Amino acid sequence: MSDSAAPSQSVAARPSLLELFRAFVVVSISGFGGALPWARRMIVDQRRWMTAEEFNEAFALSQFLPGPNVVNFSVVFGSRFGGAAGAAVALAGLMGPPLIIVTVLAFLYARFGDLEMLGRILAGITAAAVGLLIAVVVKMAAPLFRKRWDWAPLIAIAAFVGVAIMQWPLPLVFAVLAPISIALAWIRR
Amino acid sequence: MNENPLIPLFGYFALLSLFAVGGANAAIPEMHRIAVDVMHWMSDRQFADSFAIAQISPGPNVIIVTLIGYHVAGLAGAAVATVAMCGPTCVFAFLVARTWDHFKEARWRIAIQAGLVPVSLGLIGASAFVLARSADHNIYAALITAVTAVVAFTTRINPLWLFAVGGILGLSGWL
Repeated sequence: MSDSAAPSQSVAARPSLLELFRAFVVVSISGFGGALPWARRMIVDQRRWMTAEEFNEAFALSQFLPGPNVVNFSVVFGSRFGGAAGAAVALAGLMGPPLIIVTVLAFLYARFGDLEMLGRILAGITAAAVGLLIAVVVKMAAPLFRKRWDWAPLIAIAAFVGVAIMQWPLPLVFAVLAPISIALAWIRR
Repeated sequence: MNENPLIPLFGYFALLSLFAVGGANAAIPEMHRIAVDVMHWMSDRQFADSFAIAQISPGPNVIIVTLIGYHVAGLAGAAVATVAMCGPTCVFAFLVARTWDHFKEARWRIAIQAGLVPVSLGLIGASAFVLARSADHNIYAALITAVTAVVAFTTRINPLWLFAVGGILGLSGWL
């Protein structure tokens, strides 16, 4: 057996439940502005629990599932290595520390939210955070809008208009657009 | 409030989570619609503040539901909102993860995956729009948003620096 660390090489040892928990604690407390890049670094680059391809597939599944992506990912990843216990442990590791931190912040906000100084700081942070979100949208949109007369941009625009401009309920917009979009993806293939 | 707010809190977030394809950010407009416009749990400003706090906190962005829950009903509200938003989808994810690999090459699986991408893109775009309307109430705030978007798009800078600059500019009294 060669000792080279080729990226396509199969994974290292299976993580124990404790290792799973600790890995997701680290991912969660380092993951400012989204935990995905940290999860990838930990799982693929550092621990080699998954290859880059395996990671991409597991993450694609997490994105396609409803609900928060990284939370889904912790469940998908945890269940692969430890069944239900693995899923629970990974989820607890991911959500535990931020829940404690954010509860303290929520308490402080309830107490001091009326302070003008705090309000001004948060207003500046919100403005920046919205900019960050716009950058994410543009990055996601770039590959989709490259093919000019494809159906995908039309679906994206319809979802945007329905929710942002018309302010229709999300379940309604989703119930109409998702089947159409999936049907178009089916036909086009 | 004469009714127990935990019940609608649980109901709305549990329902919402099942349609939040594209993650927590895709569900922001619906959270805003429910929390601010329909249920009047919080003001537009408080919603925008919650988003900001969730962004500067470590961990998944979905943590904004914990903040909304806390605002509505304290610790119990925080717990109920978080469980409602994560519980049903986690169970679903667990069940799907066990079978998904068997259908790797199935045409319907590929169609579902490809079909949901543009929907979630549109939803996340709508989130940016709704939040910008809450946050950018003057030209300076809009400028911070625009500059941050360009910097985040063109560089790989840690977002915390951008938040820090935004916070300092906000503190300096421009906004």
